Amino acid sequence: MSRIVIRNVRKTYGRNEIVQGLDLDIENGEFVVVLGPSGCGKSTLLRMIAGLEEITSGEIEIDGRVVNRLEPRERGCAMVFQNYALYPHMTVAENIGYGLKVAGVKKDERARRVAAVAATLGLGEMLTRKPAALSGGQRQRVAMGRAMIREPRVFLFDEPLSNLDAKLRAQLRLEIRQLHQRLKTTSIFVTHDQTEAMTLADKLILLNKGRIEQMGSPAEIYHRPQSLFVAEFIGAPPMNILSAEVGDDRFLHLGTAWRLPVTHEIAAGPLKIGFRPEDVAVTHQPIPGSAAFDVMLVEELGMGQLAHGKIGDPTGGADIVVHLPKGSAPVVGQRLFISVPAHHLHAFDIGTGKRLATDNIVAEDGQHQVIGFSGGR
Amino acid sequence: MVERSRTFDLVAQVILFLGLVVALIPFIIVAIAASHDLQTVNRVPMPMTPGHDFLKNVAEAWDRADLGTKLINSLIFATGVALGKVLIAAFSAFSLVFFRYRGRMAIFWAIFITLMLPLEVRIVPTYSVAANVLSPYQTMLDVTGITWLIEKLSGIQISLQWGLLNSYTGLIAPFVATATGTFLYRQFFLTLPDEWVEAAKMDGAGALHFFIDVLLPVSRTNMVALGTIMFVWAWNQYLWPLLVTTDPSHATAVMELKELIPSAYGIPDWNVAMAGTLIVMLPPLIVVVLLQRWFVRGLIATEK
Repeated sequence: MSRIVIRNVRKTYGRNEIVQGLDLDIENGEFVVVLGPSGCGKSTLLRMIAGLEEITSGEIEIDGRVVNRLEPRERGCAMVFQNYALYPHMTVAENIGYGLKVAGVKKDERARRVAAVAATLGLGEMLTRKPAALSGGQRQRVAMGRAMIREPRVFLFDEPLSNLDAKLRAQLRLEIRQLHQRLKTTSIFVTHDQTEAMTLADKLILLNKGRIEQMGSPAEIYHRPQSLFVAEFIGAPPMNILSAEVGDDRFLHLGTAWRLPVTHEIAAGPLKIGFRPEDVAVTHQPIPGSAAFDVMLVEELGMGQLAHGKIGDPTGGADIVVHLPKGSAPVVGQRLFISVPAHHLHAFDIGTGKRLATDNIVAEDGQHQVIGFSGGR
Repeated sequence: MVERSRTFDLVAQVILFLGLVVALIPFIIVAIAASHDLQTVNRVPMPMTPGHDFLKNVAEAWDRADLGTKLINSLIFATGVALGKVLIAAFSAFSLVFFRYRGRMAIFWAIFITLMLPLEVRIVPTYSVAANVLSPYQTMLDVTGITWLIEKLSGIQISLQWGLLNSYTGLIAPFVATATGTFLYRQFFLTLPDEWVEAAKMDGAGALHFFIDVLLPVSRTNMVALGTIMFVWAWNQYLWPLLVTTDPSHATAVMELKELIPSAYGIPDWNVAMAGTLIVMLPPLIVVVLLQRWFVRGLIATEK
């Protein structure tokens, strides 16, 4: 258990700046997930903390001690790799116990600790097997055991679930979470899978091109994305983003389809408007503040449907996705009417992509608030 | 390209069988010749049915060529060369693949280029070094005038001597470096996942631990393959042992075959010569037979 402080850390390869001056505080016992598209520098960051990658400039501190110049083994970190990195010629027990063997721990003590770790991971039966005789999930458990056995101060996970199939992934995700609840070891988990990120994180860090795009609790990031990048990256299907304009008439225009009154906090001019597919309310008849929506494609999800279509006129309108509750049975070609509760509208600056300072975009005059929306979230 | 048809299978079988026959015929002739007595073996054409003197000929060859000693010499020589090559190649490839230092590629290519300089090409300088390992240093001292200076100052004449002629070291040492082996290991090491090194680092295992605990065990099939090839190759060496060993007690079995070949005006006892040949070819054959399963695996597959 320990606290990690990262101060202005940079990593450059030649002229390529992979990590650009990162500042980060990780509290004792926190489970931090670093999420981002490939090439955003998330693995590099993890490897710098582990000591596998040199830090170009800046400082990394674990428990108040600057570890920049320390060897990986002196930092007290343990790492779980994406491809497990098990040694094929060693049995499960030998793989798990290798770190102890190198550290010179006596044989019987080693066996005792290996057995204890294996028991927590449900590997008790497999100690004498070779990794080749294990399934993917079991291999990853062995890799976790290898990390756990030295009782590290920090757990580092480098996309550990990416090589597993969807069902196993969900199961191991749960196990990792349970393990963390029990051990309370500070953990950093790198992934490009947002479901993993959302479900595991105490604190979620979204990385883009070597910079922190947003940091906060998963709910915060989902419900109040601070930039267009975050809004589009988080959520499946992603948030609908439309170009809009606030006219001098104090109305928000989305093409010709939609016209909503805005609060005085919003300046006139172009901007981007976003709303999540599941925040949309659908009616069969037009109501005040609604826009026509022509269904062009329906995806069945079981717990609802995704309707892809256009708002506005069918030729020039914008493509959006709408999540419909279970049993609503939309038909391709059908015209529906959609409206979005004002507090579910996100507004972003068209130039910087940053979230506008105010959350009150649309004036709530009572007329445009749609009530009675029972989305199948 | 997997073709599955009866005719194709048949053709393949016939070709394989012909290949086998071609490969085996010389050995069969040798074995038959070794079983005849002096008269029969010199009849033209030699009868192709085995005779009854096989054991007698073998015993005769064993005594005349002193094969007991010579086989042991050969065994020490070939095992030494094979072991040396396996270890040195593993070490040099380890260094080339897992460490980053200046001139790494240059060193790799320098090693690779030695493929073009087999012992036969550099035999004179190698002999000279074997005769006195320190001679290059002596030359350096002489040329730079240090010998002269020291002699003038102290009256001591420097004369470095360390001969390796007629010793196992002299037999083995010139052969232990191997470009082929280094290359084989290098290619194998390059296929290993980087995460192994990183996992070892996280586990706190140093370079030597990683080498001994991980690299050597996973490359054991490669080691066996290389060891087998090199054992057979070293066993068959003739020129170098002939040069370095003047003392018969250090001679190798392959050299001694020469003693068994009848001279132009001697008794043409080819039966004894062939019996000797059979004895001498036996050890490498045993090694290959025992290790062939590993050997094939080491050459074709990487362990998962």
